[in-house]
Amino acid sequence: MSLVIPNLLSVITFLPLAGALVILVLRAMSRKDDEAAIDTNAKWISLWTTLATLALSVVMLVGFDRTTTEYQFVEKIHWFGPLSYHLGIDGISILFVALTAFLMPLCILASWTSIKTRLVEYMIAFLILETLVIGVFTALDLFLFYVFFEGGLVPMFLIIGIWGGKNRIYAAYKFFLYTLLGSVLMLAAMLYMVNVAGTSSIPELSKFAFAENAQPWLWFAFFASFAVKMPMWPVHTWLPDAHVEAPTAGSVMLAGILLKLGGYGFIRFNLPMFPQASEMFTPFVLALSVIAIVYTSLVAWRQTDIKKLIAYSSVAHMGFVTMGIFAGNQAGIQGAVYQMISHGIISGALFLCVGVVYDRMHTREISFYGGLTNLMPHYAFVFLLFTMANVGLPGTSGFVGEILTMTGAYQASTWTALIAASGVIWSAVYALNLFKNVMYGPVTNPKLDGIKDLNARETLIFVPLVAGTLLLGIYPAFIFDFTTVSVDALVGVYQAAIGG
Amino acid sequence: MDLNLGLNLALPELIIAVGALVILVFGAFRGDKGMTSVSALCGVVLIAAAYFAAFVEHGTAFSGSFVIDGVAAFAKVFIYISAVFVIVLGQGYFDRVGNRRFEFPILILLATLGMSMMVSAGDLIALYIGIELQSLALYVLAAFRRDDPKGSEAGLKYFVLGALSSGLLLYGASLVYGFTGSMNFNDIAVAAAANQQTGLIFGLVFLICGLAFKISAAPFHMWTPDVYEGAPTPVVAFAAGAPKFAALVLIARVLMGGFEDSIEQWRQVILAISVMSFIVGGLGGLMQKNIKRLMAYSSIANMGYALLAIAAGTEYGVQALLLFSVLYMVDTLGMFAVQMALSRKGQPVENVADLTGMSKISMPTTIVITILMLSLLGMPPLGGFWGKYYIFGSALAVEGLWPFAALGLAASVLSAFYYLRILKVMWFDAPTDELDKAPAEAKWIAYGAAAFAFPIAMLALHWLDPLAQMAASSFGLK
Repeated sequence: MSLVIPNLLSVITFLPLAGALVILVLRAMSRKDDEAAIDTNAKWISLWTTLATLALSVVMLVGFDRTTTEYQFVEKIHWFGPLSYHLGIDGISILFVALTAFLMPLCILASWTSIKTRLVEYMIAFLILETLVIGVFTALDLFLFYVFFEGGLVPMFLIIGIWGGKNRIYAAYKFFLYTLLGSVLMLAAMLYMVNVAGTSSIPELSKFAFAENAQPWLWFAFFASFAVKMPMWPVHTWLPDAHVEAPTAGSVMLAGILLKLGGYGFIRFNLPMFPQASEMFTPFVLALSVIAIVYTSLVAWRQTDIKKLIAYSSVAHMGFVTMGIFAGNQAGIQGAVYQMISHGIISGALFLCVGVVYDRMHTREISFYGGLTNLMPHYAFVFLLFTMANVGLPGTSGFVGEILTMTGAYQASTWTALIAASGVIWSAVYALNLFKNVMYGPVTNPKLDGIKDLNARETLIFVPLVAGTLLLGIYPAFIFDFTTVSVDALVGVYQAAIGG
Repeated sequence: MDLNLGLNLALPELIIAVGALVILVFGAFRGDKGMTSVSALCGVVLIAAAYFAAFVEHGTAFSGSFVIDGVAAFAKVFIYISAVFVIVLGQGYFDRVGNRRFEFPILILLATLGMSMMVSAGDLIALYIGIELQSLALYVLAAFRRDDPKGSEAGLKYFVLGALSSGLLLYGASLVYGFTGSMNFNDIAVAAAANQQTGLIFGLVFLICGLAFKISAAPFHMWTPDVYEGAPTPVVAFAAGAPKFAALVLIARVLMGGFEDSIEQWRQVILAISVMSFIVGGLGGLMQKNIKRLMAYSSIANMGYALLAIAAGTEYGVQALLLFSVLYMVDTLGMFAVQMALSRKGQPVENVADLTGMSKISMPTTIVITILMLSLLGMPPLGGFWGKYYIFGSALAVEGLWPFAALGLAASVLSAFYYLRILKVMWFDAPTDELDKAPAEAKWIAYGAAAFAFPIAMLALHWLDPLAQMAASSFGLK
């Protein structure tokens, strides 16, 4: 049975925006002195909107035909010039839409009490961000993609800058300008492509053979944008700053979803549209990925701030993703997609874990904590589970992605896989070190006395994340059922183009 | 000799010219207390002219010195409409500062007539007359607050440098005439194609320099920040948009009409000016504390982008120019309207620092400024982004222009710093004092401009894009 909703993708994409408008209108209509009621309204409307989006994305998952490589739920209306309002999803993008819809209600719940100022604006910013992010994954027009991709900068800039920590303005600027610089290059490449190919439709551009001497430039322009977003070493330096300063839910969005835009972009643009250039640059990307895996793992080990540590670990895990994608084979790309989804859940969960203690103690210094297992047993369980998932323990979703990307990389380059495999050890080093320092040992800091374990709301947030991590770890076919056909097609086209 | 004067083609101009004279007499009898009715009459005249400009038949009149084609019609309609908004803004502004003078709307009308001549100019004489009519009216407008030292300074600076640039322009025009033996752009094109002499190129460069001054492109931009800062805000709102649009169209018409075959020569000059402009505009704005000066540098940078479309020299370039100018005009008009709407204890809000904490003082104002700033920055899907989409698209379609397009895009990141600074003080910093109540007309024009930048522009392009394309095709380029 499947429910048929007309223009499902448009509805999913723009429902959060509609929710934001409702909040805005309600606020404009209410009395100024009724702050508490306005805030409560904003929270509940946001929660229901995001839940409705989640429900619709479930409808989308159910109604999706997993046997075809065609784009589904396609909507196309001519806009102007070569541009059109063109939406559609395939087996890869559908998962990211679902991931976004899944994490969003959790973000809202996580901000329920921790955001004390300007809650209405906060909720609006998040809902707008959700629309923009989902739009990135559903857009099938080059410029529609760019609009969503680039538009996401603004709400994130405001989220970091308004609700962030001490150094928030520096972080907001750095985030904005880094990503802007990357994406103007991509814009130039897009304009060139539309000129040459005469269409801005992504499916058609994927079939278009760009001249071999233009490909490296185009490839590089897209790469610049996505590498910053990903982020890859050495352009990752904005990420730790942005994470440390962002509020908890902002970090979840950033690590859970916004980083995935980079990997998604590689899969959607770099590989199919510029196969020759992709092949040419493969050693370069693999080298950067391996450096990211090893170097940032080591950097993570030396961090004194919990959030910064997890931020660096994200960079390392994204190294596996880029490695898998540019391995250019079935296992590599499947693994990369899987790793992105899994990392979305795990890193989101880890940032939420940090948020739990931060809300209570208002510090993220590792040395401040210690012995939390004695005081917060439930929390310790959750934290342990996600730490282990982050390390890539079999049975959790983290394992599947890493093993697959390494398998894929092994086929492409043995050395790469070998060095990357050491990353598994490094991740165990920093993650277990963190866990030991925060959770084990005696409680030495008297300020920790009386710290409360997870409350009902927090438990409610973690239950779906725990379930997701374990479910995907035990039954990865849930993801592969969607991706296999699309990835097969992509790999087929790519290998044929490079004559492999 | 064509005896048919073709007066019907010049109907919009006739309406404005006759209207201005009649209203002037009316104003002279009523005095300054009649400013409101004079403004209203001028508005009606402009709207009527815009209507006829949209539907007037195309062709040439006055022995080819007056051209009505798609480009001219497109530009005129938007210039007239922007003039209407400026008259509305000025009416309220001069009322509040206690400087009611009925000449204001009439001078706007005359300047608009000049612009109208500029976009329709078919020969060098019409070009010069159009520019001078427009400029003279604007000089007076810039110094409209006679008792204000900064206003007088602005007027004087504008006038002296403007006169200099007119001199350059005339010198260039005389050289062109001397070497081709004709004033008419079409005849010049024929002569230039037959025989490319150094003197002709010399004249062309002078011509370009004179015109570059009018759009405040670097290195002819020095006057811009001072004039923007000193002139009354409604005048700046006008001078920042419509005259530049007209001058850009004029440049396109001279270069693509009169010197179509010398494209290799003038493209170098235009590209040099363009690159200088967006670099000067990007760097110069970084340290500005005054919003109007900041907007001046923003306009210098944006003129640099516009010139890139002219350098392309294609039909798509002209289309890009038209759409970019319209989108840009709305943003600047909106930004100056915001500035007129904001005051604190009777003092106008002039500095970036005065916007501190705006998001806690007035959310609608904050949203409006945010949208306009992001639009100028070129954030999708706001209006300014689509302007840049066309500009850079047209430049990238031409072989060999990609380094300049890439530079332009890099410069747009540079100017992002100063637009973001305004966002930063509004959203992130602690609030200062409450604002005065905003005057209705400035407030609503600002709201309208912001609504146009987002989301109306991206829907309107569905219709504006083919219109501009049709207009651009009248240039008969490839």
